[in-house]
Amino acid sequence: MIELRNSEFDPLFELAEFQKTLSHGKYGACCNFIGSMRDFNEGDDVSQMTLEHYPGMTEKFLQKICDEANEKWPLLDCLIIHRVGDINPNDSIVLTAAWSAHRDASFAACRYLIEELKHRAPFWKKENTADGERWVSENTKPND
Amino acid sequence: MNITVKFFASLREQTGKSDSTISSPETLTVMQAWQQASGLDEMPENTLCAINMEYVDADAMLSDGDELAFFPPVTGG
Repeated sequence: MIELRNSEFDPLFELAEFQKTLSHGKYGACCNFIGSMRDFNEGDDVSQMTLEHYPGMTEKFLQKICDEANEKWPLLDCLIIHRVGDINPNDSIVLTAAWSAHRDASFAACRYLIEELKHRAPFWKKENTADGERWVSENTKPND
Repeated sequence: MNITVKFFASLREQTGKSDSTISSPETLTVMQAWQQASGLDEMPENTLCAINMEYVDADAMLSDGDELAFFPPVTGG
């Protein structure tokens, strides 16, 4: 399942709620990634951020990425929730999760979901700093 | 042909446009549609292009009624 949210969400609550919809006893592993907003970036304090998206294409690509993960690994299901609109430091921006019978598929699929989202899903971040607003020009590498 | 053109994020601000429609008696490439819709000869480096919500290259051909979008590198997650 994929979902865009324009207000704050609790990723752990969402994980627990979604897991209740899966077949009991069939999953043995759930890996998840939660991305949240820092109050700094590229050496500057960031007080707020706005996330723009392309309605229609963004949802289409999130679903496509879930479908691809389901084809690559034996998963019970995938979940992606992503914020749009105005975001404050410490807010969750994104949740990706993958459920499978065994841990290998779950680890690999969860990583695939977040990395592909960062490369292909049309979202754009604009930060508020002491010097004014600025667009984030590109996503960082995984360990930056 | 009639094409709906959308600009997002920094490209919307640079061109001063979000949604527009362009018309042409001839079949256009994505690059030609960029020039007509934005009024700019050059497409900024790293611009991403999508026809009907699928990524394409700037030399892709458009069809009547297509939705064409231009945007900078994506920064979600």
